[in-house]
Amino acid sequence: MNPLVVRGLRKSYGDLEVVSGVDLEVASGECFGLLGPNGAGKTTILRLCLGLVEADSGSIRLLGREVPAHAREARSEVGVVPQLDNLDPDFTVAENLLVYGRYFGLERHEIDGRIPALLEFAGLAGRASAKIQTLSGGMKRRLILARALVNEPRLLFMDEPTTGLDPQARHLIWERLRRLRQEGRTLVLTTHFMDEAERLCTRVAIMDRGRIIAQGAPRALVAEHIEPQVVEAYGAGLEAWAEQALSLAPRVERAGETVFCYAERAEPVLGALEGRSDLSFLHRPANLEDVFLKLTGRDLRD
Amino acid sequence: MARTYVFPAPSLRWVPVWRRNLLVWRKLVAASILGNLADPLIMLFGLGYGLGALLPSIEGMPYIVFFAAGSLCTATMFTASFESMFSAFSRMHGQKTWDAILYAPLTVDDVVAGELVWSACKAWLTGSTILAVIVVFGFGKSPLAALALPVAFLIGLAFSSIGLVMTVLARGWDFFSFYMTLVLTPMMMISGVFFPAAQLPEPLPSVAKALPLYHGVQIVRPLVAGEWPPDVALHLAVLIVYALAGYWIAIVLARKRFST
Repeated sequence: MNPLVVRGLRKSYGDLEVVSGVDLEVASGECFGLLGPNGAGKTTILRLCLGLVEADSGSIRLLGREVPAHAREARSEVGVVPQLDNLDPDFTVAENLLVYGRYFGLERHEIDGRIPALLEFAGLAGRASAKIQTLSGGMKRRLILARALVNEPRLLFMDEPTTGLDPQARHLIWERLRRLRQEGRTLVLTTHFMDEAERLCTRVAIMDRGRIIAQGAPRALVAEHIEPQVVEAYGAGLEAWAEQALSLAPRVERAGETVFCYAERAEPVLGALEGRSDLSFLHRPANLEDVFLKLTGRDLRD
Repeated sequence: MARTYVFPAPSLRWVPVWRRNLLVWRKLVAASILGNLADPLIMLFGLGYGLGALLPSIEGMPYIVFFAAGSLCTATMFTASFESMFSAFSRMHGQKTWDAILYAPLTVDDVVAGELVWSACKAWLTGSTILAVIVVFGFGKSPLAALALPVAFLIGLAFSSIGLVMTVLARGWDFFSFYMTLVLTPMMMISGVFFPAAQLPEPLPSVAKALPLYHGVQIVRPLVAGEWPPDVALHLAVLIVYALAGYWIAIVLARKRFST
């Protein structure tokens, strides 16, 4: 049986339905990404799956257990990386792991046995007695990841695991998450970084307004929903060019001062742009972000 | 939704929450003990000897002996209240420690139970240290005084559970000043701590009888003086009711706060 099976999940807060009938299934060893703009319901789904919030209707099975009825048992085999840092500021790095391990009913000698490997994994070897306040953002994030592994979970939930990190720190987290997959753990993450989802996830679900509007492997979603070539053009001559572009590419979108041309073949668009000094352009293959923007629109979500 | 209101059934998972707080406390033990004891001891000796010299004996005992029992109860009340409000609120709200704990196989019930027992233990430590001072200075000579120890723990439980109700209701720090100023300080004044409660005009003595501090003082004072307290069952019952009701209300409110 798959480690996470969600059927017909619904949750409202007052008049606002934040999860409106979600079905999803995550297979063992997968890295599954929940993508969506702010307010799409991603974090609520994670909280529902952990049994922290009760659904209005629908069913959740996490590691073979009914949630929320048996959420406590399920959580004993799950790790969580939250969106916000909630490391214990009163403790050192090692004490954070010790205290957290005790919440899982682990004995001190068991946790002490795991700490060196966890610190190595987090790139914090030699930092066992460092105070939390002295850690950089990336170090804190890695420590939270190590903390989520203290109970040797079969499945990890991660809510925006790399938000706010610099590129080096993000790459290091990605590398560690790949290692976790190689160890056979199942990963479920939310993100709004499409490059992150494309690199890490075997499968993604794109959410908007509480629903899943597309689901599949990242490359398959790109192939299914979007033309493979994209040309972005911007500059002084944009007004006239926007008209002309309509005849050169099957799909043209305008967002502010940029025109996006989507096509099977980019040559006609590129030919027309050649040698124009009043326009700059960028030619690139289509990616998950294009799918995301096509499906969820370009309007700001706050 | 009915599950929100059922009486709490915590597992022994609350123990690691208690141990977490103990580990923090051990790092700050000197400052913590000084902070909880300096105030009440200064009051005890200052008022007890200073004011006491001007006063005749009260209820058949020197003023400092009369006041010592009240001081023990008040200090226990304040330690319980500070720990269950300011310290617990900082863990719950500022540091998000409770959120992190709830990813583990603990429930809100476990977390509140751990906080409650912790806060009561800390309050008990204050109360029992003051009892030790009382005994060392010869204000309490009877072995009955030792029975004030479990009573101090019960006072700690009662005020910690009320404090936790305030904590799970609070949206910010200011909220606690209302409770401190409008509830705890007047309660201290009318509950027979500094003078017999009956000295004040009605309805104040009747109000005091509905509040937990009065009943704590009514048990501890005779015990320190070496007598068996009259109506001890009633006084214990009031403290137990406050502890259980506060605990239940705190958990129901915490379940609501953490289920969104």
